[in-house]
Amino acid sequence: MNNPLYQKNIISIADLSRTDLELILQTAHSLKQKPQPELLKNKVVASCFFEASTRTRLSFETAVQRLGGSVIGFDSGGNTSLAQKGETLADSVKVIASYADAFFMRHPQEGAARLASEFTEIPVINGGDGANQHPTQTLLDLFTIYETQDTLDSLNIAFVGDLKYGRTVHSLAQALSLFNCNFFFIAPDALAMPDYILEELTDKGINYSVHASIEEVVDSLDILYMTRVQKERFDETEYQHIKSAFLLNAQMLTNVRDNLKVLHPLPRIDEIHNNVDDTPHAYYFQQAQNGVYARQALLALLLTNQFQVEV
Amino acid sequence: MMQKKLQVEAIQHGSVIDHIPAQQGVKILKFFKFTQTNEKITIGLNLSTHNGKSKDLIKVENTFISDEQANQLALFAPNATINQIKDFKVVNKFPVQLPSSFIGVLACPNSNCISHNEPVKTRFYVNNKTTLKLKCHYCEKSFQRSFFTELD
Repeated sequence: MNNPLYQKNIISIADLSRTDLELILQTAHSLKQKPQPELLKNKVVASCFFEASTRTRLSFETAVQRLGGSVIGFDSGGNTSLAQKGETLADSVKVIASYADAFFMRHPQEGAARLASEFTEIPVINGGDGANQHPTQTLLDLFTIYETQDTLDSLNIAFVGDLKYGRTVHSLAQALSLFNCNFFFIAPDALAMPDYILEELTDKGINYSVHASIEEVVDSLDILYMTRVQKERFDETEYQHIKSAFLLNAQMLTNVRDNLKVLHPLPRIDEIHNNVDDTPHAYYFQQAQNGVYARQALLALLLTNQFQVEV
Repeated sequence: MMQKKLQVEAIQHGSVIDHIPAQQGVKILKFFKFTQTNEKITIGLNLSTHNGKSKDLIKVENTFISDEQANQLALFAPNATINQIKDFKVVNKFPVQLPSSFIGVLACPNSNCISHNEPVKTRFYVNNKTTLKLKCHYCEKSFQRSFFTELD
């Protein structure tokens, strides 16, 4: 059976339907259970980081190599002659894409991946465009939730920390709204979820509520998605005052549901205490590892039309 | 019998753009480059209307507004009407239609949007027809009309 994502671009999570998302998650699950080390044999994938991002780059390049493909590219725009010579992104993409079978890119400006996709016929995968989208992070988050809960439907999910600037939480909330989840938002007032996301959720009929601390809701959750409250957004006194409401330690998990998993896009600083690592609820390191499977799934679907998911 | 006096002189042949909100008339003249034509142009600014509000009005001789121009007019005057005149008579009258997108006419208000530095036409989708909120095709950010500037 042909797959609907063959030769498609992955630019924004909003471009993907529920069916597309489910296909990607099933493919990630299949590849995790049954590796396909020959699937991308003789395929060359461009990995172009116009802005450095160590974790995303290593995860993506691992995904290519685990499927038997090879990688060309660069790890930061400053190291290339493209930036120094002032070439447009459009021209860079035309040239590099002519060498490769797929184009994975990170760029500091919003809209860069969408623009790139208009200057090449090969699939473009957005690895982060400025403050806009980071769909492969969302896909690995969805895969991790699906893996730990066996479903994405009607889950109770709390987002904690910087909900204003965190594109990760925006995209994940948008994607999960296709699955009728209940959301709990826990953030300092200055870093609350933006109104346009709340309006979107309201328009879609999604239940959400805003809370002052993790403890108010933690016992009824299936997923606790932590993010970092950046110290530099507050003055020192204010930071010391607010931070305790947004920090997690093992004692707070005493009465939670057995299936609760704590996730975090990493890196963490002090918002998850080390003692949480030893609880059965910690899942952030497995989540990071799942980035490889989610990205493998995308590559498999974009580059092989006949790929069969084995569930 | 009371005789109404025209506030702006009638034209023989061409287009009349009516019901332009006050202050927008000059922007429309500039945007459509009407100031660079040799045709006769008559404009009325801050004209009084029967509901007490002010309006602007533009009359252009020997020029018919294209459908594309009519759509673009919605950026300045969403409730404007266009009258086509032949021999001093209105032969066609239609309201401005808000299109679903605007291509190559506005600059993205997001200074970090890739569309500023690259060889592409900007594109904005109309998100909300009532409040005229537009979403950038590239950076995916939405802004109210008042945040945009027109491209030259």
